[in-house]
Amino acid sequence: MDKYIEYDNSVIEKYFATKNKNNEKVLIPFIMAGDPDLSTTEKLALEILDNGGDILEIGLPYSDPLADGPVIQQSAERAGNVKIAQVLELIKKIRAKTDKPLVLLAYFNPIYNYGTEKFINDFCEAGLNGLVIPDLAFEERDGLEKQAKDKLDLISFIAPTSDENRLKEVAKRAKGFIYCVSVAGVTGVREGFDYQVREAVEKIKNYTDVPLAIGFGISNPDQAKKASELADGVIVGSAIIKKIESLPKKPDNKDFTEIINFIKDLKASLV
Amino acid sequence: MYFGEFGGRYVPETLIAPLNELEEAYNSLKDEPDFKKELNEVLQNYVGRPTALYYAKRFSEALTKDIKEMDNNIDSDFDINPKVYLKREDLSHTGAHKINNTVGQGILAKKMGKKKIVAETGAGQHGVATATVAARLGLECTVFMGEEDISRQGLNVFRMKLLGANVEPVKTGSKTLKDATNEAIRYWVSNVSDTYYLLGSAVGPHPYPTIVRDFQKVIGHETKTQINDVEGRNPDYIVACVGGGSNAIGIMHPFIDDDEVELIGVEAGGEKIERGCHAAVLNYGTAGVLHGSKSYLLQDREGQIEPVHSISAGLDYPGVGPEHSYLKDINRAKYGVVDDKEALDAFKLLSSTEGIIPALESAHAIAYTKKMVQSKEFLDENLYNKKNKEPLIVINLSGRGDKDVEQVSDMGVLLDG
Repeated sequence: MDKYIEYDNSVIEKYFATKNKNNEKVLIPFIMAGDPDLSTTEKLALEILDNGGDILEIGLPYSDPLADGPVIQQSAERAGNVKIAQVLELIKKIRAKTDKPLVLLAYFNPIYNYGTEKFINDFCEAGLNGLVIPDLAFEERDGLEKQAKDKLDLISFIAPTSDENRLKEVAKRAKGFIYCVSVAGVTGVREGFDYQVREAVEKIKNYTDVPLAIGFGISNPDQAKKASELADGVIVGSAIIKKIESLPKKPDNKDFTEIINFIKDLKASLV
Repeated sequence: MYFGEFGGRYVPETLIAPLNELEEAYNSLKDEPDFKKELNEVLQNYVGRPTALYYAKRFSEALTKDIKEMDNNIDSDFDINPKVYLKREDLSHTGAHKINNTVGQGILAKKMGKKKIVAETGAGQHGVATATVAARLGLECTVFMGEEDISRQGLNVFRMKLLGANVEPVKTGSKTLKDATNEAIRYWVSNVSDTYYLLGSAVGPHPYPTIVRDFQKVIGHETKTQINDVEGRNPDYIVACVGGGSNAIGIMHPFIDDDEVELIGVEAGGEKIERGCHAAVLNYGTAGVLHGSKSYLLQDREGQIEPVHSISAGLDYPGVGPEHSYLKDINRAKYGVVDDKEALDAFKLLSSTEGIIPALESAHAIAYTKKMVQSKEFLDENLYNKKNKEPLIVINLSGRGDKDVEQVSDMGVLLDG
């Protein structure tokens, strides 16, 4: 079957292509803007990118994060009243010091409130490459997709519940990478791991070459290795957030050693 | 999927397939004779429908008496006599309109082959109605309820447990209905294969606002028949409280095309109209997305959901059903505000004039009716312009106040005067 033609100006897709050419898989760590504070997030972001993080996913704190489990919800609560303008500044600062792709995870209501077009334009100018909106299914994304065209990638999701027609539709519209939700559930560290999404992942490869990244519940190098066997990249969130949660409370000179070692281990585990 | 620009389906990808499954099941079942027959039998013999439409004579007279006492300028031949009828949803099994929706969705869940039900609850009425239906149908039931609401509504928590439901306290956020809804949706995301999410109000992603409204429309259909039987015409006003808005849309919907009927929803003004102190979404909110649909919301400039307050746990919600947002925008319904104190006064007034203790939610509709009848606009419109000296008002008495008696008693406010 013919694959849908992907568009060719995606920074994220080019990054994946370069890595894949070298037989490398992509690690996408997630951190929340403002947890525990914005300057720590900035320092941590750069450290992560310097030590094995390939694409950084930064969360915009939201009061009602439906797709997230308690770890990420509490992270957003700790970040408190971080404003969109502050997250925009954060992206600019990180962008000034790295060429690696940056994506923002944001729920739709803050984006809608800010004004979708202005949001995309402002964040594109700040240097953002992709936008992950966990509560914006295809049914509601036409307008935003048009506004984002040629500016940044609106990341698509597939889940274990996505049927064949849905996978074709995702394949047709996917840009950057496809976020493959590993299990029917919310984000969070899981002990054992059953990649319920395996079948959907195998199927969607028939329809597109847009890179696939598996996320939700990947909490250690062993799980990351197994996920990377299925896909082009792996997204790790809650497990990193748990380590941020236990950072010493001192305002400066936070010791990121444990987090960085974790990132290095994760990266090394990818096949 | 939409009511004007409102409604839609703003949910994680995992839920799209179950929502499609629900929509298909509902569309294929809703007009099926067997389904309708089963639902009607349950409504009649289990829920106790039709519920009465009761002429509240002493309450009606109390409103007019107040006007005459308040305004000495009213001439002696003043003879406006509004007739207030109460649609007695409080007489339904489990004590509130919530049961209409839960029996409908319960049968739907069973026909879809689901073994488990998950629900959210604020005041506990929806939780009780869900636990009741789950018990009757032999389905496993989990109800999420905010810790704050658990402490306000101990009796309903006990009832749910007695009925065999697992009550999960929610400790996140404001620990009220909004957070219970988040948790119920998360639970559903994690258990979609065998679990039916039984949503309790006309909110949430498509098709829930339509399904819940359809199951609650029975209130309006009965009201129309009953008032026409007694008075030979439609009412002039329909008044109902609005939290998520299911009882209100249920009684309003069959009258939407009857232009002569004024539709009025009443929101919770809480302690005062300041951030975090009220829940008057349609009056003070802005458009946004919460719990899967676009509607009016109480939110800050950054799109973060605001804390809300109402004396009534069932109205303590920062969103509202999308169809109400639409009815507001096209000017088909009006939405008023009643504060905690006015609701408490009405709680007492209806109890003492009619021997009916209303739910605090319904007390908002009663309080608004009192304010409305005693307003200059009402007198102008009915006494002088329309010469309609017996305006007919139907209040949807959405639930009974047993669940609230302890809370109100603890406040020590009622016996003072």
